[in-house]
Amino acid sequence: MIEAINISKSFGNLKVLDNISVKFDQGKTNLVIGQSGSGKTVFLKCLVGLFDPDEGSVMYDDIVFNKLPFKAKKKIRQKVGMMFQGGALFDSATVLENIMYPLDMFTQLSLQEKKERARFCLDRVDIKDAGHLFPAEISGGMQKRVALARAIALNPDYLFCDEPNSGLDPKTAILIDALIKEITEEFNMTTIVNTHDMNSVMEIGDKVVFIYQGRKSWEGSNKDILDSSNEDLNQFVFANNLAKQLKKMSSNT
Amino acid sequence: MNILIQIGKYFILLSKVFAKPEKQSVYYKQIVKEVHSLGLNSIGIVVIISAFMGAVITLQTAYNMENPMLPLYLIGLGCRDSMILEFSSTMIALILAGKVGSSIASELGTMRVTEQIDALEIMGVNSASYLILPKIIAAVFFNPILTIISIIVGVFGGWIAVLATGVVSSEYFIIGIQYAFIPFYVTYAMVKTVFFAFIITSVSSFHGYFVKGGSIEVGRASTKAVVYSSIVILLFNVILTQLLLS
Repeated sequence: MIEAINISKSFGNLKVLDNISVKFDQGKTNLVIGQSGSGKTVFLKCLVGLFDPDEGSVMYDDIVFNKLPFKAKKKIRQKVGMMFQGGALFDSATVLENIMYPLDMFTQLSLQEKKERARFCLDRVDIKDAGHLFPAEISGGMQKRVALARAIALNPDYLFCDEPNSGLDPKTAILIDALIKEITEEFNMTTIVNTHDMNSVMEIGDKVVFIYQGRKSWEGSNKDILDSSNEDLNQFVFANNLAKQLKKMSSNT
Repeated sequence: MNILIQIGKYFILLSKVFAKPEKQSVYYKQIVKEVHSLGLNSIGIVVIISAFMGAVITLQTAYNMENPMLPLYLIGLGCRDSMILEFSSTMIALILAGKVGSSIASELGTMRVTEQIDALEIMGVNSASYLILPKIIAAVFFNPILTIISIIVGVFGGWIAVLATGVVSSEYFIIGIQYAFIPFYVTYAMVKTVFFAFIITSVSSFHGYFVKGGSIEVGRASTKAVVYSSIVILLFNVILTQLLLS
């Protein structure tokens, strides 16, 4: 479980996050949605500790993560997997080496065991034949899968995904979403996904948190969205004509 | 004021760089990789520049020695001492600041803007130490070897120039390079090289590590890395010369 309690963050005079409190449950795919510039990436970075919030606490189970000293934070971080928007794969290493990296750094496994674990992770994201390739030699969708495989290499308790579908075609995006949900349930992780892709919201959003202008504006499940009366949420979610029709149909039934 | 903030940030970064490594075996592998990338890959340019520079120093010394009172072996001596005292340490350091410094800054800068450094931090890796310390160690150990290669090749280049042009006989040149040799000059060159290697790698890493923005900023960081490394090298050249030779 991860809980944000009264998180605020400013950059100079600009208040990016304003008193956000939210609880993300274990074994569920939790989605943070919002327009570009709403503060969801800053929120995610506060949760993983890349930014220190100005006020408030980030709880990992019973531990106040943002108040921990550097060394203790490092220990918690070994239980964290993160899938970055651009993949953040190491260019100079092959796909297999990328996945083996956290194993090299934090385990005492033999080379053979590390390779086996890396191959298992690759197999889990359905690209077991790409191990010998470099990140520049694979497609964007495959890079996202590799990033996901690397994120789960150490069997983390917490998984963060920043815009996992950005730049992907709808079919690949659905596959990535499905993978995230499957892996979350299979390994009983606390997963937090930053997205503004409405397909993801409807497909995998066990819990959805809507951030608007730095504040938590709404929270609920993907099923609750259709019935929501929150104006800002409706404007964001039902921005296109197809979505508006859906909303209309939903309210008629 | 800004320069003081930058100097402060530089030393804070160094304190992170010299923290205890997470796993030494991984660092050893990185050091070997960096020796190859920063050291072995620089041998070619060092050899070419040193050979030509040794030849030019020899020819210029010869053409400026019109006074018949000056012994001809001074040409060899001039070539040897110029190479040891200044060229092979300082000039090669400035050239490496261009080649290695820009490469380090753009590598780290690209890693920063593509979130690879953030990925390391989230895994719980001390990214500054993991990425920068192996570069510093590799350069500090390998650059003295480059300096020795440069001295040897430079003097050899001078000798080839003598053979090709006949500005002085080969015998006089060889007497010159053996005459009044002061071993401390080599120590002086090595001390300078070690300092310069540290400056090149740490200053360039500093500029690359803190890049914010995109590809344009990475390019700017790369240029800044070369400019600031060169300035600091020249400054320390004066300081070390005064301290070691006075």
